[in-house]
Amino acid sequence: MKKIVEFFTSLKLTVALLAFAIVLVFIGTLAQADEGLYGAQAHYFKQWLVIGAHVFGHKIPLILPGGYLIGMLLLVNLVTTHIYRFELSAKKAGIQFAHAGIIVLLVGQLSTDLLSRELQMRFIEGETRSYSDSATDYELIFVAGNEITSIPRTMLKPGGEIKIQNLPFAVRVKEHWHNTDINYRAPMMKNAPPLTTNGVAVNFDFRQAEDVKELNSKNVPSAVLEFLTPAGSLGTWVASDWAGDPSLVEAVRNGYSQMGAAMAQKIAGLLVAPQIIAVDGKKFTFMIRPLRVYHPFSLTLLKANHTVYPGTDIPKDFRSRVRIDNRQTGEKREVEISMNHPLRYGGYTYYQYQMTAGEMVERSGQTPSSVLSVVRNPSWLTPYVGCVLVGIGLIIQFLYHLIGFVSKKKTP
Amino acid sequence: MKKSFNKWFPPMLMLLMALWFFGNLQAPKGKGFAYAEFGRLPLTSNGRIVPLDSLARNSLLQIREKQTINLEPWKSHLDHPKILPATEWLANVMMNPAVADEWPVFRIDNPDLVSLLKLPEKDAEKKSDGKHYSWNQFQPVIETLEKENSRVQKVEPTSRTAYENAIVKLHRSLMLYAQLRNSVQPADARDWPAELAAFVKLIPEGIAAVQAQQAGKAFNRDNLAAFSAYISRFQFMARLEPPLILPPSGKGNWRRMGDALLESPRSAGVDGSIQAFARMAGALAANQPEPFNTALKDYRSLLVPTEAKALNKARAEMFFNQMQPFYNAMVIYVLAGLLAVFSWFNLSETLRRSGVWLVWLAFMIHTVGLVYRMVLEGRPPVTNLYSSAIFIGWGVALLGLILEHLYKNGIGVVAASVIGFITLIIAHHLALEGDTMEMMRAVLDSNFWLAVHVITVTIGYVGTFLSGFLGLIYILRGFFTKTLDAATGKALVRMIYGIVCFATLFSFIGTVTGGIWADQSWGRFWGWDPKENGALIIVLWNALILHLRWGGIARDRGLVNCAIFGNIVTAWSWFGVNMLGIGLHSYGFTQSAFFWLVLFAASQLAFIAIGLLPVKWWKSFKIRAV
Repeated sequence: MKKIVEFFTSLKLTVALLAFAIVLVFIGTLAQADEGLYGAQAHYFKQWLVIGAHVFGHKIPLILPGGYLIGMLLLVNLVTTHIYRFELSAKKAGIQFAHAGIIVLLVGQLSTDLLSRELQMRFIEGETRSYSDSATDYELIFVAGNEITSIPRTMLKPGGEIKIQNLPFAVRVKEHWHNTDINYRAPMMKNAPPLTTNGVAVNFDFRQAEDVKELNSKNVPSAVLEFLTPAGSLGTWVASDWAGDPSLVEAVRNGYSQMGAAMAQKIAGLLVAPQIIAVDGKKFTFMIRPLRVYHPFSLTLLKANHTVYPGTDIPKDFRSRVRIDNRQTGEKREVEISMNHPLRYGGYTYYQYQMTAGEMVERSGQTPSSVLSVVRNPSWLTPYVGCVLVGIGLIIQFLYHLIGFVSKKKTP
Repeated sequence: MKKSFNKWFPPMLMLLMALWFFGNLQAPKGKGFAYAEFGRLPLTSNGRIVPLDSLARNSLLQIREKQTINLEPWKSHLDHPKILPATEWLANVMMNPAVADEWPVFRIDNPDLVSLLKLPEKDAEKKSDGKHYSWNQFQPVIETLEKENSRVQKVEPTSRTAYENAIVKLHRSLMLYAQLRNSVQPADARDWPAELAAFVKLIPEGIAAVQAQQAGKAFNRDNLAAFSAYISRFQFMARLEPPLILPPSGKGNWRRMGDALLESPRSAGVDGSIQAFARMAGALAANQPEPFNTALKDYRSLLVPTEAKALNKARAEMFFNQMQPFYNAMVIYVLAGLLAVFSWFNLSETLRRSGVWLVWLAFMIHTVGLVYRMVLEGRPPVTNLYSSAIFIGWGVALLGLILEHLYKNGIGVVAASVIGFITLIIAHHLALEGDTMEMMRAVLDSNFWLAVHVITVTIGYVGTFLSGFLGLIYILRGFFTKTLDAATGKALVRMIYGIVCFATLFSFIGTVTGGIWADQSWGRFWGWDPKENGALIIVLWNALILHLRWGGIARDRGLVNCAIFGNIVTAWSWFGVNMLGIGLHSYGFTQSAFFWLVLFAASQLAFIAIGLLPVKWWKSFKIRAV
């Protein structure tokens, strides 16, 4: 026991952990060029053990403690040292404060990691939303009248078969692609046969693509599904986020705008045309769409405003004017959300994230739209507390040293 | 006699340099064209009000990496080649291109590019230095360049070769030049005032012809052709998106000349400001200073009633350009550093004091420049990479002077002057990328957080660089000279330790407040973004040094070597992460800096290697052992 305590309270352990942390952060930063920000986070920081790394485009065999392991050990190291070496004296007060602050920061980050949730709310001017979409997670849904059946993405295993009580058919997952490209099959250019002859696949090709690496782009999942009833197969269909996420539909429409507005509109229309399967007289539509989280209130985008500095395209301001409508409390008011000025409401914080607005957009006839980043983080205050504690601690400590230093200088 | 010389030499030297500085403040007053007055005119460029002088200097920096133009670059400096100030160059580009297009203003450093474009090589006989070429020299080969450029544009900026970078740079310079040529008059105008007058006269008939044609009635073909020729020339001007040179008419923004001319048939017509510029252009092309200066004066008085604020802003910034505080401070830092380094060897107190006095002067000029910039911008001192370099130099100079005051051993003053000098050199090179007072993008537009986060983090850089530099002094003096006696060595180690503590405090608070800013604007405290990670590594490294010291694992030389490694860590965070070109912070992208960063890291590692050599090889320690 004594040895264990000695190990965990030793300064050498601290030094080793700090050194490992530096190496890990450095490699994890370099690897972002190859693996993307999210990939690198998962591989190095939100990880217990790192095996293999990417440096300047090369794979390097190595084993490192991951972010979780280093953070955990550092936490244990700090807490045990705090307990076993605690000393109430002016000389040590600064050190105690600073390390307590570090503990708060570490615990805060851990809980943020476990508890925080990042969503998005997209709307065009005039639209009202009472839910937020997940930026990374998605679901396969079946709609029959008012009845919605949701299948989470984790169940979509290629080769698997999904049977759910509400559905009078089984879903066989033929393919499940994490990220896909889409192409309109123009009538004159149908080179390869379509994936299936049902629904959206008649007019569009879906191809598997590599995962995105850029921070602001997202993977667009698609799945090839076959529906099986006891009476036989209902055929093979494609369900894609390309059709389920309005912002992607908009992107497809813009992508084909050089073919003329009417043609682009037609292509977008083909993309979102409901795919219907009928079983025992009951009609089902289905789609893949971003996972939804519903709020007990709604937001309406009144105005999306993007200004630039005169004569340039340097963005000066992004600003969304939004109306909050809360039926439970009867609250109804307007607020402005802009860069550096988020809205904190109902346990969530709404940040201005992306925007398609401004003079250029209005001139092209599009309706301005805005994307808010919606974050729930119960431990958002911990960095503030931690920073203040460490700051106070370090200032006390260094003032103590400085006073000693100056008075020593004066007495030769 | 000698005593009073020793006493009075340092302040006298400082006074001399101060006089030199104030002497440079005077704007050269030439006869003829009032170019200096022309340079004070305001316009809107890069989204902000600037004097024409700033536009001229920033453009020249981008095009030829200098703030002046040398008309005879093939001559050596001893032969006094003809050198023109930036405003004179700009006035001619804008309003007298027939002359300016012959001036060798475009600098090309890449020999492959020179041979691709079949440009003359270095040959004084043929009046070529093999580096600088005129607009006219590119005209025959513009297609070749366009083709190469459109190919290179598809290559990722991070994987471009030196040749490809040269292509992009030249293309950008030519575009910039084309914008400037078309900001006051159509560049192809032969006699702009006359053409403008003819256009004004044509407006009613031209409109009538257009309307008649649209209505399907008979119309005057000549009038229509002439009118649409004007319109398409103006459209070409506007499409290039040159700076906004005309004041607002009524409310609204400043206007482009091309847009205003296009607008004129529809609205009030050609207003006084357009006319004034045309008069200036006509006079300049005809080489008549008198009417030019009168037109300039008239234009100024036209601006006074509505644009007094812009006039003042432009005048203030012009004065700042003229003052060149950072360049002058840099020169004085060099001088001070040399004096102070020599003081180590003969231990002359006079030399050391001279160094201190001069650093104080340079520091004051540096401070004036820093504060002046803040007032001009209405921002905290650090807003971009350029100003961070200025601020780091300033901070180190201040800390160095404080250390010198405490220890009086010639170390603080050398650190202050050398790092002051190096950071200002870095700033000078960063200024080549364009306007250094560019407007803040929406994400960064928060003076509070710029002040709290950016300043503290940059002070953290100041600390780590200073402690690293003190480490270098320890090794240089200890290993290569006999001047590192026991007392100096001890003092250096204590300085390093103190500065590392200082750096830890500021880099920690800077990093966490950065997280809090991110939480305020993006909704996450920590996103493992490269710039955040860079700052985190600095904090971790400083914490590591302190723990090594407290644990007795690192003694004097260990501390010194760790501090030097801190230089690499900080340089990585300052510049290295920007080169990865990823993440939310990657707006400060720089290309050629990569080579220097690697060289810097290698040199620091070399010093650490020396620092690890056995004590018996150290010149200073050998003496002491005996």
